[in-house]
Amino acid sequence: MDAMVRELSYAQAIQEAMAIAMDMDERVFLMGEDIGVYGGAFQVTGDLVDRYGADRVLDTPISELGGAGVAVGAAVTGMRPIFEFQFSDFATLAMEQIVNQAAKMRFMLGGEVSVPVVMRFPAGSGTGAAAQHSQSLEAWLGHVPGLKVIQPATPYDAKGMLLAAVADPDPVMIFEHKLLYKAKGPVPEGYYTVPIGKADIRREGRDLTIVATSIMVQKALDAAAALEAEGIDVEVVDLRTIRPMDKQTVIDSVKKTSRLMCVYEAVKTLGIGAEVSAMIAESEAFDYLDAPIVRLGGAETPIPYNPELEKATVPQVPGIIVAARDLVKGVR
Amino acid sequence: MATASKAVADSRANLPFVYRQYSAEQLKQVLYKMYLIRRFEEGAEESYMRGLIHGTMHLSIGQEASAMGICMPLAEDDQITSTHRGHGHCIAKGAEVKRMFAEFFGKTTGYCKGRGGSMHIADVAKGNLGANGIVGGGIPIAVGAALSSKMMKTGKVVVSFFGDGANNEGAFHEALNMAAVWKLPVIFVCENNGYGMSTSTARSTAVKNIADRAAAYSMPGVIVNGNIFSEVAEASHKAVERARAGEGPTLIESKTYRHRGHSKSDRNRYRTKEEIEDWMSNRDPITLFESELREFGFIDDKGIEAIREAVAKEIADGIEFAKASPSPDVSETGNYVYTEQA
Repeated sequence: MDAMVRELSYAQAIQEAMAIAMDMDERVFLMGEDIGVYGGAFQVTGDLVDRYGADRVLDTPISELGGAGVAVGAAVTGMRPIFEFQFSDFATLAMEQIVNQAAKMRFMLGGEVSVPVVMRFPAGSGTGAAAQHSQSLEAWLGHVPGLKVIQPATPYDAKGMLLAAVADPDPVMIFEHKLLYKAKGPVPEGYYTVPIGKADIRREGRDLTIVATSIMVQKALDAAAALEAEGIDVEVVDLRTIRPMDKQTVIDSVKKTSRLMCVYEAVKTLGIGAEVSAMIAESEAFDYLDAPIVRLGGAETPIPYNPELEKATVPQVPGIIVAARDLVKGVR
Repeated sequence: MATASKAVADSRANLPFVYRQYSAEQLKQVLYKMYLIRRFEEGAEESYMRGLIHGTMHLSIGQEASAMGICMPLAEDDQITSTHRGHGHCIAKGAEVKRMFAEFFGKTTGYCKGRGGSMHIADVAKGNLGANGIVGGGIPIAVGAALSSKMMKTGKVVVSFFGDGANNEGAFHEALNMAAVWKLPVIFVCENNGYGMSTSTARSTAVKNIADRAAAYSMPGVIVNGNIFSEVAEASHKAVERARAGEGPTLIESKTYRHRGHSKSDRNRYRTKEEIEDWMSNRDPITLFESELREFGFIDDKGIEAIREAVAKEIADGIEFAKASPSPDVSETGNYVYTEQA
């Protein structure tokens, strides 16, 4: 019998996944700043401390570097920590442990250890939190061999990919867009996983492939719905994992539609859009292209506080519609 | 380790700690290992000069008593994190020199299959979670290992070795604070050899003694003469007992000296010849330990000579093993980046 499917928010889906992981495996524990009685900066851990106790829902001091290192050390020695950052921006404080230790330890030791740590990063703009609490830094970590980096876009994927991350023997970095936490969607009860490293075609189409990540997936779908009325048929590929990237799904889609646009919130240059574009340019799909590749990414500025400026800094649905229309109609 | 019998212990009642605590056989084994560390590093240095080892290395010659003393009370499944100057820690925790040489030579038989080299030497089976190329990088990892020990109730104690340079890294502060807040079974061992690369502790560190910083984390801060094996081992014993009893961490400052430069690029312009000569001639940890063993009747000249010969053979055999071992194939460059999954 199929598991009961309910409507859950993205945050509830993550919380359910963490509870299931802790029920299934006593080595799994949560650590992070104010994740206990406070419930986490975005109430993702919520009341889990009441069910699992303060030892398994472990409040850390405000020590991102040390906390990340503790998570790495615990993972290497048999535990399965899930470390929550309050904001993904604070990864900057912990880069040493993430980049030099977690990512490289297995390699440096010739395969003698694995580092099964999961780190969760609330990311992205749109909350009025300004420049130091709104960034999208996933491509930074995506540049590091040894890490896996995922960006679930729906409650279903948020739960299934977190459970896949906990089961994974290697360090998995999860970037969760803060504006998605309240988004609702169907989520089955019980245990299931969504594989890391597999993209998902959210909408099939013939005229244009939009490769989107995280919150931009829904924006791309909204744009595609509007463009349908104009007779433009958009395919939306949710990348879901940026390392290791599912190249084949994107290549196959571009071969079908002959046009590619990348939509992502992070700063446009030197990011996911550059990688996907170059990957297509190097692939057999290049010969199928009927138009130049288009990237829609964040502006080359820090995220501003003013709400109108903040919105203008990252791609929005009207901009996606215009860019997609121009691309399909050959307007440069 | 088994301790000396009661009758033997009574006859040694006025001797320093280790001579009351350990058997003659165990103490001779310590001397053997101190020589093994010294000759290993000399062998590695010579192999480097001859072009058999590339990259760089950081020698701990002069710090052997510190590594051996700290590891003396540890059980095989206790764990350590080590540093870029970590060859001594690795041997003291039980590694085989032949596999260490093989690693330095970049061979598949090395502890890291040639992927890590000197700066990442490890021996996970013996509890060495690895040297580290990042100053202070291993300190929070040791705290994480101690958290595992507490959560899984394994009874393991974790030692984090680091140098005086690391005590000015933020990771040191964050890690010591967490270990104290959570009362974890971890021992922080600062091997203060006076210089972080070229910068003396007097110029880099606001407190006179690094152990003074323990007060900020409500843990005992202990200063030992790192060149006297018995002093180091006694402090380590107490810290291990405290950790196993669930009373929390200790910071041990082991004051010592490296005879060699920081790394192979060191021109030695920040220390005087006289200073180096003084430490080498008057405070060499092996000479000091050897004299005590002789004085207290644990060993004679013949015994010392036998140890030196056996060490020389183990070193020579180790280098031959490394030379004869295969290099990894370049087609395997991508191995171990991720865990291989069926």
